[in-house]
Amino acid sequence: MTLTISVNGLHKSYGDVHAVDGATFDVDHGEFFGILGPNGAGKTTTLEILEGLREADSGDVTVLGRPPWPRNQALLPRIGVQLQATSFFERLTAREQINTFASLYGVGARRSDEMLELVGLSDKADTRTEKLSGGQAQRLSIACALVHGPDLVFLDEPTSGLDPQARRNLWDLLRDINGQGHTVVLTTHYLDEAEILCDRVAIMDHGRILQQGPPATLVRGLDAPTRISVESGQITVAEAQSIVDDAEVEDDGVSLTIATRTPAQVLSTLADRNAMRGLAVRGATLEDVFLNLTGREFR
Amino acid sequence: MIRGLSSLSRAMMLGFVRDRAALFFTILFPLMFLVLFGGLFKDTGTSKPEVVEIGAVALFDQMPPEGRAQLDQVLKVVQNPDRNAALDQVRKGDYSAAIEQQGSTVVLHYSAQDAVKSGIVQGVLDSVVNNANLVSAGVTTPRFSLAAERVEDKSLKTIQFVTPGLLGWAIAVGATFGAAMTLVTWRQKKILRRLRLAPVRTTTIVGARVAVSIGIALVQMVIFIGIASLPYFGLKLSDYWWMAVPLIIAATLAFMSIGLLAGSFAKTPEAASAIANLIVLPMAFLSGSFFPLDGAPAWLRTVSQIFPLKHLNEAMLDVMVRGDGPGSALPAIGLLLGFALVVGSIASLLFRWDDV
Repeated sequence: MTLTISVNGLHKSYGDVHAVDGATFDVDHGEFFGILGPNGAGKTTTLEILEGLREADSGDVTVLGRPPWPRNQALLPRIGVQLQATSFFERLTAREQINTFASLYGVGARRSDEMLELVGLSDKADTRTEKLSGGQAQRLSIACALVHGPDLVFLDEPTSGLDPQARRNLWDLLRDINGQGHTVVLTTHYLDEAEILCDRVAIMDHGRILQQGPPATLVRGLDAPTRISVESGQITVAEAQSIVDDAEVEDDGVSLTIATRTPAQVLSTLADRNAMRGLAVRGATLEDVFLNLTGREFR
Repeated sequence: MIRGLSSLSRAMMLGFVRDRAALFFTILFPLMFLVLFGGLFKDTGTSKPEVVEIGAVALFDQMPPEGRAQLDQVLKVVQNPDRNAALDQVRKGDYSAAIEQQGSTVVLHYSAQDAVKSGIVQGVLDSVVNNANLVSAGVTTPRFSLAAERVEDKSLKTIQFVTPGLLGWAIAVGATFGAAMTLVTWRQKKILRRLRLAPVRTTTIVGARVAVSIGIALVQMVIFIGIASLPYFGLKLSDYWWMAVPLIIAATLAFMSIGLLAGSFAKTPEAASAIANLIVLPMAFLSGSFFPLDGAPAWLRTVSQIFPLKHLNEAMLDVMVRGDGPGSALPAIGLLLGFALVVGSIASLLFRWDDV
């Protein structure tokens, strides 16, 4: 595996604000990498430095083996960027839009049509971009970022502001893109999105990378209790408490929830007592990882 | 290097053509002024005074045919036998004067409403009476004679004057707003940032905008000259009118530099538009786009020299209608290019890709 991105000791301040405070991470070729954190964590600044829009105060950054700053004409055709704001030329149709971008990279119009097809906008090709819905505009913007077949794609909060259905459609699209061999770097403040899409994530807060790794590994490393809940009234709190030693039980009158690190025994006991109506088992999520790392709720 | 130039120009051109407000303000609105000024002040010369002849005026009726023809060139004479009705028409201003003959006295009834016309009528009648007196005294070859010739046709007709001025204004509006709005909206909508991430040179982006603005300016020129040349308006171009093309190209660059400067200060399109208006409108007035500045105080005329539009208007007047040679436009072209260079350099120092 070759490194697509290598970042070492990255610092960037705006006045007194340390937007990025010593970030270090790598992205492998073909990886789906997520940078996540709440708003203002420094994700966008990090991305902008990787894209070559901003100069780092200190630290080493290489993208595809080259420094992205100053603006590197040799690097630009190999990266694709989808910006947080959907930046389209005014009053152009979807097809004119993507054709304009394609020609900037010396790519023909046939490829544009293929991209529109890929993101499912063929029937909107002659619609002005101002008339596209949020999800359609977002997909067009991703198509524009991919039209020249870049090795590396940067996506800055691609699903923010979309309805759940549009988000799911976009996730499918992003997985396909990554499956075709594009390395994808994505920032998001949706932890579920990162958990579903990313091979590896870096959790950022206050300009620092708190932890990085595959989402499942981070969650497992937390050693958080599993939460098992069933409909209330099938088993008393005291009975539940007595199943295992570490059980923490709550009953809010609707559900009875048992938090434990030995879920197997709890589940089999519940099964024995035929008390599994409304069963739900929930492990820890990235949200718990964030809570554990920062001591506060994610949002 | 050329990659992207044509596609960016095309994108900008489509954006402009589909923007009804921009089309209106850069083409239709100045054109309305042209039609208005050209139509309203079409006949600024005083028209022939009209005179009512009450009953028979022997002095007129017995004139020799060549004398009568001369008279008809300066006066329009209408018959009306009803004396009261005729006088009433004069009172209402329908006619400049009424004439009747009482014996050997020719009586002229006039109103003071239009001093110029009643003056003309008095003068003409006076000379007719004098002539008649001379003839009756036996003088057939007067010692002195007056030959009057009109020179008005050789001076500038309204349309000749307003076409270059209004065209200059239209070009100033188009180029200034075009540059300012593109800069600000592209920055605000992050298009500039997106372009920065594409393998395009900054010069290509600027070049595309310059090409589009020059294209728009030349289209404005064709439309303006085309409409002003219609027989109804009657614009007559002089021999070296085509020198207006390099003039307009140089002026477009100068106006674009103003727009870029306005765009560097403004954060929103609204602010950019306000700043551009604040510059372009006073500039248009002080550059003689709407009315000549000949009557303006000297200091104002000195101030107007700083505006590129003033030099464009003057030079266009010279080559398009005054018939000056092609060389007469060169100093103005130099001035305009110099202005573009200086202001453009300042704007490029203030240039920002991003809002932040």
